[in-house]
Amino acid sequence: MSVAVIRPDGWDLALLVHVGGAMVLVGSLAAVMTSLVLSRRDDGAALTRIGFRTLLFGALPAFVLMRAGAEWINSKEDVPDDPSWIGVGYSASDGGLVLLIVVTVLAGLAVRRLRREGGRSPGLVTAASVLIALTIAGYALAIWAMTTKPD
Amino acid sequence: MDLYDWLLFLHVLAGFAIVGAVVVFAVLLVAPDPAVLRLTPLARRLWDTGGGGTILFGVWLALNRPEYEIWDGWVIAALVLWVIAAAAGARFGMGYSSAIEVGRPPERSLALYGAMTLAVSLLLIDMIFKPGA
Repeated sequence: MSVAVIRPDGWDLALLVHVGGAMVLVGSLAAVMTSLVLSRRDDGAALTRIGFRTLLFGALPAFVLMRAGAEWINSKEDVPDDPSWIGVGYSASDGGLVLLIVVTVLAGLAVRRLRREGGRSPGLVTAASVLIALTIAGYALAIWAMTTKPD
Repeated sequence: MDLYDWLLFLHVLAGFAIVGAVVVFAVLLVAPDPAVLRLTPLARRLWDTGGGGTILFGVWLALNRPEYEIWDGWVIAALVLWVIAAAAGARFGMGYSSAIEVGRPPERSLALYGAMTLAVSLLLIDMIFKPGA
């Protein structure tokens, strides 16, 4: 029987914080990636700016919620011998945070260049888009591991 | 992985798509710029995929598990919330699709966005807390 089916009621709020944060995080990253990809056109300055703001005010706070919820539920669950699905979750979370910080810096630099010189930064924007795609792929793997819970 | 694992994974993935659509719609709402309107197709695809996936795999899950029934209170609540969210989200998305042609965001979209977001949030709470289960 799946853990999801026999989960005690006392874990529900922690799970809501964890899953809700993860959902907003992935949605924010999808918005940021699309904004940055579309910003490579001539009228893309607004999209570069909105991509950066979505990282700051959407993705980063959502990451904090997701991770806080993960720690909260992990402390309640106290799963013995740390099965692989928890390892996958932590790897995706830790690696995702590093990529998130790098992407925020790259997008911030692109916005700063827009503000100061009015010029676009296709290299920075492309690098940030690729890193976000990698992050989303890692989170998709984590979603699979969290829901199916392989040993 | 058995059928239940696949159904749960696809159901949760569809849930991520729906919440993703709500986030992208929020970006459209707070940044009323003609260039930002180009995010509309992403929001609508996420909404359609997530909406279809949650109802399809959700009902399948309810039928697949002996401990869940389609007439359980929390399942019926989820179906009602899904209909409310789908109606509000479809109207909201259509408004933004028309806005691309006009080049400016639609008016009076805040109430629809509020209804859609509230319904999706309550859906998530209902799915996790499963009241009465």
